Amino acid sequence: MANEPETPRAGEGLDPERRRFMARLSIALSAVAAAIVGIPVIGFILGPLIAPEPDVWRAVGPVDKFKPGETVSVSFLDPSPMAWAGVTAMTAAWLRRRESGDFVAFAVNCAHLGCPVRWLPQAGLFMCPCHGGVYYADGSVAAGPPPRGLFKYPVRVRDGQVEILASAVPIE
Amino acid sequence: MIRRIFRAAVDAFEERTGLIKFFNDVMKHPVPPNTGWLYVFGSAVLVAFMMQVVTGIALATRYVASSGSAYQVLEFITYKAVLGNFLRGMHFFGASAMILLVGIHMIQVFLMGCYKYPREFNWVSGVCLLFITIAMGFSGQLLRWDQTAVWATVLAAEMIGRTPLIGKYLARFLLGGNTLGGATLSRFFAFHVFFLPATIFALVALHLYLVIHDGISAPPVPGEKVNPKTYHADYEKLLKEHGVPFWPDAAWRDVVVAVGVVLTIAGLAYFVGPPALGQPPNPSLVANDPRPDWYMLWYFAVLALLPRGMESVFMIAAPLSAIVFLLLVPVLWNKGERHPSRRPWAVAAVLMIVLSIVGFWIEGSISPWSPNFDAQPLSASMVGTNSPPIVVGAQLFHDKGCEFCHTIDGRGGMRGPDLTEVAHRLTVDDLRIKIANGGGNMPSFASVLTREELDDLVSFLESRVTLPQPHPPTARGADAPAFAGAAPSRKLPAHEPLAQAGRASDF
Repeated sequence: MANEPETPRAGEGLDPERRRFMARLSIALSAVAAAIVGIPVIGFILGPLIAPEPDVWRAVGPVDKFKPGETVSVSFLDPSPMAWAGVTAMTAAWLRRRESGDFVAFAVNCAHLGCPVRWLPQAGLFMCPCHGGVYYADGSVAAGPPPRGLFKYPVRVRDGQVEILASAVPIE
Repeated sequence: MIRRIFRAAVDAFEERTGLIKFFNDVMKHPVPPNTGWLYVFGSAVLVAFMMQVVTGIALATRYVASSGSAYQVLEFITYKAVLGNFLRGMHFFGASAMILLVGIHMIQVFLMGCYKYPREFNWVSGVCLLFITIAMGFSGQLLRWDQTAVWATVLAAEMIGRTPLIGKYLARFLLGGNTLGGATLSRFFAFHVFFLPATIFALVALHLYLVIHDGISAPPVPGEKVNPKTYHADYEKLLKEHGVPFWPDAAWRDVVVAVGVVLTIAGLAYFVGPPALGQPPNPSLVANDPRPDWYMLWYFAVLALLPRGMESVFMIAAPLSAIVFLLLVPVLWNKGERHPSRRPWAVAAVLMIVLSIVGFWIEGSISPWSPNFDAQPLSASMVGTNSPPIVVGAQLFHDKGCEFCHTIDGRGGMRGPDLTEVAHRLTVDDLRIKIANGGGNMPSFASVLTREELDDLVSFLESRVTLPQPHPPTARGADAPAFAGAAPSRKLPAHEPLAQAGRASDF
C-alpha cells in the first residue's frame, strides 16, 4: 500500500509548479495550433502582396489606325486578367499619336483620386468629373486638386502594332 | 395532460441550460427610472443591424461574388427575382438607417455624458462599431458592382495608397492585386459578408454585456457630477430605491421605435426602391461620373474642397485623428458634469461637427466643382443675335469647354464664376488676358484659341450685358443651338493658336 503512487484527492489538483507548467504548455500548444491554421490563411489573403503580377505589353491597334495629332481612348486587357473577371479585366488609356509620329499614353485615372478623366479635343484638356481636376494636353495639371500630372504608360511599336505596357492602377 | 408534458419539458430544458433564468434576469434587470425616449437609439441600431443580417442572408442566396457575373446577378435580383427589388431596397435603406442611427446614438451618449465612468469601455466598443458600420456601408456599395462601384473601389485604393511607406501594399491588398479585376469583388464580398459582420456580432455582444454589467446610465441631472469613488454606491442606491425592470417598463419604448424603424425601412424600400444600377462595371469606359452613397457624400465634398497639396495628409491624418480623439474622449473627460446644460463645449462641438457634415453634404450633392459635361450649346434665343462674332463666340464658349465650368443665363457648369455679367466685372483686355493665360484655378486657353477666336469669345461675353435680355425659348425651335440655326456661318479662322504663334503675351 505504501508503494502505490499517490493520486491527488478531490480539490487538491496539481502542485503549483506542475500547474504553472501545464498552463504554459497548454497556451504554447494552442499558439502552435493557431499558427498552423493562421499562417497559411494570412499568407493566402496577403497573396497579392507576396507575389505581385508582372506588367505585360498589350497591343491596342495598328499604327495606321491612329491619326497624327489625335488623342483617342484605347481599351486593353489589364496585366493579370482572371478567367472570371469579365469586363472588369479591361482597362483603358488615352493614346495620342504626336505629329512627329511617336506615341504617348496617359492613364485614364485622375492623379487626385483615380476617377476617369475625359478628353475634350476642342478644348485640348483632360477633365475629371469627380473633383474637377483639369490637365493640359501634355498631361500636366491645369487646374483643380491633382497633386501631379497624369500618369503615363510606356508605349512601343512592334510589328506595326502599337503596344502599351499594361501595369498596376497608378497610385502614388 | 399536454400542459403538464410541456411544463416538464420546459423544466428539463431549464435544469440543463439555465437559459430561461438568464434571459429573465437580463430582461428584468433593474434600470434607472425615467430613462425616456432618448434611450431608444441603441436598440434601434440593433434592430437595423438584425434587418441587415436577415435581408443580407436572403440576398446572398442569389448573389454571385464573381467580377464577371455580379452585375448580371444584380440585374436579375432587381428586375426579375420575386421581391428582389424590395429586398434590395430594404438592405439599402437598412444600411442607411443603421449609419444614421449609430450617429444619433453616439451623439445622445456623448451629450448625456453616458460614456463617463464606469462606461468608458462601452464607448470604446461603440466607436469601433461606428467605423465598422461605415466600412460595412462602403463595402456594400461596392457589391452593387456597377460603374460607380468600380470607380469607388479605385478611389478607395488611391486614398489608402497615400499612406506613407505601406500605401501601395495596402492598395494592392484592397484590390486583390495590381489592378481591379477578378480578385477584387470576392475580396469585398468576404469582408462584407463574413469578416465585418462577425466583428460586429462580437462587438455588439461585448457592448450589450457591458450595458448589463455597468447598468443603463441614469438620465443626467444638472449639478450631479460623476465621482468614480462614490458612483457605484450612488447607482446601487438609486436602483434599489427607484429602479424599474427593463422589461417592460423601459423596453416598450424600444419596441415602439423598433417597429417604427422596420416600417420606415420597408416603406422606403417599397415606395422609393433601391438605388438604380449604373452602367456595367467596365473600367475602360471613361464616361462616368462616380458618386458615393449619401452617407459618404460629405467626405467626397471635403476631398474636393481641401487646399491643393493637403489631401494626402488629410486623407490619412483626419480619419486617424478622428479615431484617436473618439477613443480618448472617455479618458480625458470620464468624470464631472453629465448634463448638456453644464457642458456647453460638448454641445458646441457636436453642433459644429453636425453642421459641418450637413454643409459638406449639401455641397457634395451639388458638386459645383465638377464640370458639367452635359451642358448643351446655348440656344439661338439665349444668344439673342445673329451677329457673326457673337454667334461664333457662343459656339466657342461651348466647344472649348468654357460652358462646362461657367454658367451663362443659368446654363452651364458651376465650377467657375457665372459669366452672364462678367463684362461688368472685367474689361475686354482683362477678359483676353484671363482666357489666354488662365490662373486662379482656370486653365490657359492660349494653345487652343486663335486671336480671332479669342476676339469672338470676348465679343460674346461682352454681348451678355450689352444685348437685351434673351427671350424665353417659347417659340418652336427657338431652343435650337445658335450655331446650327439661323445664325450666319462665318467660317472659323484656321490660324495658328495663340501660344504657337507667340501671341499669348500680347494679351
